[in-house]
Amino acid sequence: MSDERRVAIVPALNEEHSLPRVIDELRAFDPALDIVVVDDGSVDRTAEVAAANGARVLRLPFNLGIGGAVQTGFRYAFEHGYDFAVRIDGDGQHDPSQLDRVLAPVLCGEADIAVGSRFATESDGYRSSRTRRFGIRLLARVVSRIVGQRVTDTTSGFQALNRHGIALFARDYPHDYPEVEATVMVFRHRLRLVEVPVTMRERRGGRSSITALRSVYYMVKVLLAIFVGLFRRNVVPQEDAT
Amino acid sequence: MTPLAVSIAGALASFALVLVVLELIRRGRLRERYALLWLATGLTLTALSAWRDGLNTIARWFGVRSYPPAVLFAVGILFILAVLLHYSTVISRLSDQNVILAQRLALLEEEVDERVTDAP
Repeated sequence: MSDERRVAIVPALNEEHSLPRVIDELRAFDPALDIVVVDDGSVDRTAEVAAANGARVLRLPFNLGIGGAVQTGFRYAFEHGYDFAVRIDGDGQHDPSQLDRVLAPVLCGEADIAVGSRFATESDGYRSSRTRRFGIRLLARVVSRIVGQRVTDTTSGFQALNRHGIALFARDYPHDYPEVEATVMVFRHRLRLVEVPVTMRERRGGRSSITALRSVYYMVKVLLAIFVGLFRRNVVPQEDAT
Repeated sequence: MTPLAVSIAGALASFALVLVVLELIRRGRLRERYALLWLATGLTLTALSAWRDGLNTIARWFGVRSYPPAVLFAVGILFILAVLLHYSTVISRLSDQNVILAQRLALLEEEVDERVTDAP
């Protein structure tokens, strides 16, 4: 179906070295894919590099944090009427050649959102440091409990969404360290989420935005957000506004 | 010793603060990021008010013998200072960002004007 429009949303913060390869690989995966790089206030040549490689660039005037940056991409996808969106990080962690696996459940209408999970099966890709893995596991357990479906990787930013997913995230998306809360949100809005096993690579350039002390802070913050969120009234299923 | 009435009033008031903060988060009127310090304030004051022996012990460490609840005031003031300082950093960041936004808007307007004039 060639009239379906697809966009890749690539949040990037100081990723001038890894971006060209990510963009090339996205092209290799699907030449018809529109690529939008969201430059979250980089101080290097991220925006120029992205534009030179033929991507559309949304340049944020200052650093909004990953949540704000990604949501900018979802807004773009929503307003430009895209049917499907994939989100893939600009640091090269996510392998575009695995995109067809992540996209499949969304394309065949099985899910509104598909998430590439590092932990869905025993695999041997990059799985992050020991402490962070512990945090990821703990959050996954809490979230699984709450949403009543087994979720193994709540921190993965390797995702594919259909129009319903795009609309939801364009309207409302959590801030720094957003994926965990977003997962809970998806279920609250009665959208269907599935996980797809993927392997991730070690980041190629740049630095992770999350340091040790910060991850403790995020952990507390995210758990607080989730537990308070539990006492919110259930959200009625939303129809697509368009 | 701390008067019982002071402990009860202190604990109730601090716990009310915690509940108000949680309700504000629930309604989406307060972001978690800004709520954490308030929660820490409320929980610490609740604990210190309710745990009478603890308050007396801490007061003794600091040589406060006549009126242990003074420690409550001190801790409360410390937390308020922390919250205020935090706000100052937040306001500074916001005003910096505001300047950047205004500058970007001016540049953008100029560019749009240019294109409108250039158009046949």
